[in-house]
Amino acid sequence: MENYFILPFTLGMITLFVILFIKYGLWIARLSHIDKLRIIQCIFTRRTWDAIVESVMEGLLHRSIFKRNPLLGYMHMSLAFGWFLLIVVGHIEGFLCYGTFANAPWIPIFFQYFVHYQFPGERIMTNLMDFLLLFILSGVLLAYFKRLNSKIFGIKKTTKLKPFDKMAMIALWFIFPLRLFAESATAALYGNGGFLTNSVANLFILIHVTPTMESILWWAYSISLGLFFVGMPFSRYMHILTEVLFIFLRHYGIKLKKQFNSYSRIQVYSCSRCGVCIDVCQMHVANISNNQSVYILKNIRDQNLTDRKLYNCLLCGRCEQVCPVKINLNDLRISQRIRATKEYNSDYAFLQSLPNETPTTGKQPEVIYFAGCMTHMTPGIKKSIVKVLDKANVNYIFMDKEKGACCGRPLMLAGQYEAAKKLIDFNRKKILESGAPVLLVSCPICYKVFRDDYELGQITIKHHSEYFLELVEQGRISLKKSNSSIVYHDPCELGRGCNVYEQPRELLKKTGTLLSAKQEKVMSLCCSGSLGDLSLSMPDRNVIKAETLKVLLQKNPDVLATACPLCKKTFVKGVNIQVKDIAEIVANAME
Amino acid sequence: MRNFGFTTTKSRTIDYEKIDTRLISYILQNEPSFNACLSCGSCTAICSAGNLTSFNIRKLSLQIRLGDIENTKLEIDKCMLCGKCLLECPRGINTRNVIMLIKKGLNIIDKNEI
Ligand code: SF4
Ligand code: SF4
Ligand code: SF4
Ligand code: SF4
Repeated sequence: MENYFILPFTLGMITLFVILFIKYGLWIARLSHIDKLRIIQCIFTRRTWDAIVESVMEGLLHRSIFKRNPLLGYMHMSLAFGWFLLIVVGHIEGFLCYGTFANAPWIPIFFQYFVHYQFPGERIMTNLMDFLLLFILSGVLLAYFKRLNSKIFGIKKTTKLKPFDKMAMIALWFIFPLRLFAESATAALYGNGGFLTNSVANLFILIHVTPTMESILWWAYSISLGLFFVGMPFSRYMHILTEVLFIFLRHYGIKLKKQFNSYSRIQVYSCSRCGVCIDVCQMHVANISNNQSVYILKNIRDQNLTDRKLYNCLLCGRCEQVCPVKINLNDLRISQRIRATKEYNSDYAFLQSLPNETPTTGKQPEVIYFAGCMTHMTPGIKKSIVKVLDKANVNYIFMDKEKGACCGRPLMLAGQYEAAKKLIDFNRKKILESGAPVLLVSCPICYKVFRDDYELGQITIKHHSEYFLELVEQGRISLKKSNSSIVYHDPCELGRGCNVYEQPRELLKKTGTLLSAKQEKVMSLCCSGSLGDLSLSMPDRNVIKAETLKVLLQKNPDVLATACPLCKKTFVKGVNIQVKDIAEIVANAME
Repeated sequence: MRNFGFTTTKSRTIDYEKIDTRLISYILQNEPSFNACLSCGSCTAICSAGNLTSFNIRKLSLQIRLGDIENTKLEIDKCMLCGKCLLECPRGINTRNVIMLIKKGLNIIDKNEI
């Protein structure tokens, strides 16, 4: 009779399992056919093992958060891993006591209440359980502090909560202190506690704890567990389980598509709201603190994303770089833009009436060069590329020398997917018909879309920094080293976008002294000129640019080098030292 | 009326009372920087779409102010959103956003939502 207190817990758990079963079932059922086949194919391979390892490392131990912020990492780990161990050890305790693992699910949860007598290994197990409880309680304590004062965690702003979040969070806060008190009350009455519960029990004995009080505490503990389980699927804590699903799907090679689909939804719900993405975002410099990825994901879940927030993002990729859950934040945002603008895409009918012959050189070309809109705006870069190619005797076709269509990336960034496809088809045909084995580009924005969306088959796509380094290595050009000091700015689309960090640096080392910057390579800052942002005002851009320049120019270099015409164009209007594209530097240093 | 064998041209007066301001108000509401356009034409000189077609973004910006929605619909689809105009504009106007707002505004007008 007095065992009714297990009901809130049990009902809560059943509700949780039913909801999860339906939710995950639907998500998986709605994956595309190909994705499902991929899962079936991969399920009995090493990938499953890798996914299990990563689930433990990230889902339980929170290694990535740890690396960025040890205190925050400890908080997440103590709650997740500690609770997990508490359940595992609870089951072992049940086994030692009853000789079987097939106990009712509430036995390990309310073990102290049910078992007052001796069993093999009792002392060790009880103390171990106490230790784990202490471990979790330290995490809960940190969570209280985090709510009160997020600054000690190095987080500028902590995330806002919805009613279900609040309910689940408060329940979570209460679960472990209540467990401590309930176990201590039992320990006070029956003397079956460990080092922690016995200490609290000594206090309880002073106030003469009665079986009624004991029962009330166990009820309270059970209710807080039940409330947490019922609230969980509708709250942020859903991420704990969704992340594990996401890790498995990611290991099975499922990729995010342009259109928002079931997999995108799984990613959205995997966000733990750890807040790591908030801090790295440069928009804070311009006092914009409502559009960071964590808020966008929340808006997607709550279906209240406004255009202004959606479009106010540089798509610089810094947040994606640091996200411990490895959510494809950039592409997710783009997929939302695709959804928002799908009713008005251009068809570029005029492309059909353009003269459509591909330029030729007579001989088999080595390279087809696409300058793109931005390079055409920076004639210095264009001239330098041509100069280097001529000097190295490269037989090339200049694809958009006179007239050319845009590469399509700016449209893609704005979510104009169907429109971008029209330009892609137009350019793609020309590139394939040229017969050149290499496509050379001098703009990382073009580079990104050529690599991701063009499907050029055998043709290798090269950014000029990669191609020029090859020319040097093959001895087709040689560079003279000067004594100027150079700092290099990694363009977002080239660095984080296409993973090219070393080639530009190799080239620069051959022409001068390369200085390092405080934030570079994967953590380089955005120049602020990004085409990814549609609503950022010019004054705000300038504020962000000034901050970036401060970091880059810290060591007083002679030259600020970059590898993107847009970065160059952006920086030129803000500094009084030379800003040069790597193409110009190479062209000048040729012997 | 008596036919004298000649016709008068249509009045070229702009009647401010009759201008269709739905599109321009929608744009200005969401991108106030568009107010600062001085019709210098820098954007048009550099325009990628203008290089391929007769697209003239400066002219279009005037036509939008005069409420010529039909022509805007035909023209705006030529822009490739490349962003060159953004870099060239001396008034720091967020031209790419203006263009997206034109597209969205036209879509909303089509659906009779403004
Ligand atoms: S998006 Fe990633 S980094 Fe940002 S809060 Fe979510 S999990 Fe953390
Ligand atoms: S992509 Fe860059 S600008 Fe956008 S939210 Fe992430 S860090 Fe901020
Ligand atoms: S964004 Fe459009 S209007 Fe501006 S330069 Fe490019 S094609 Fe022309
Ligand atoms: S460059 Fe700027 S100010 Fe000049 S016409 Fe274009 S939008 Fe207007």
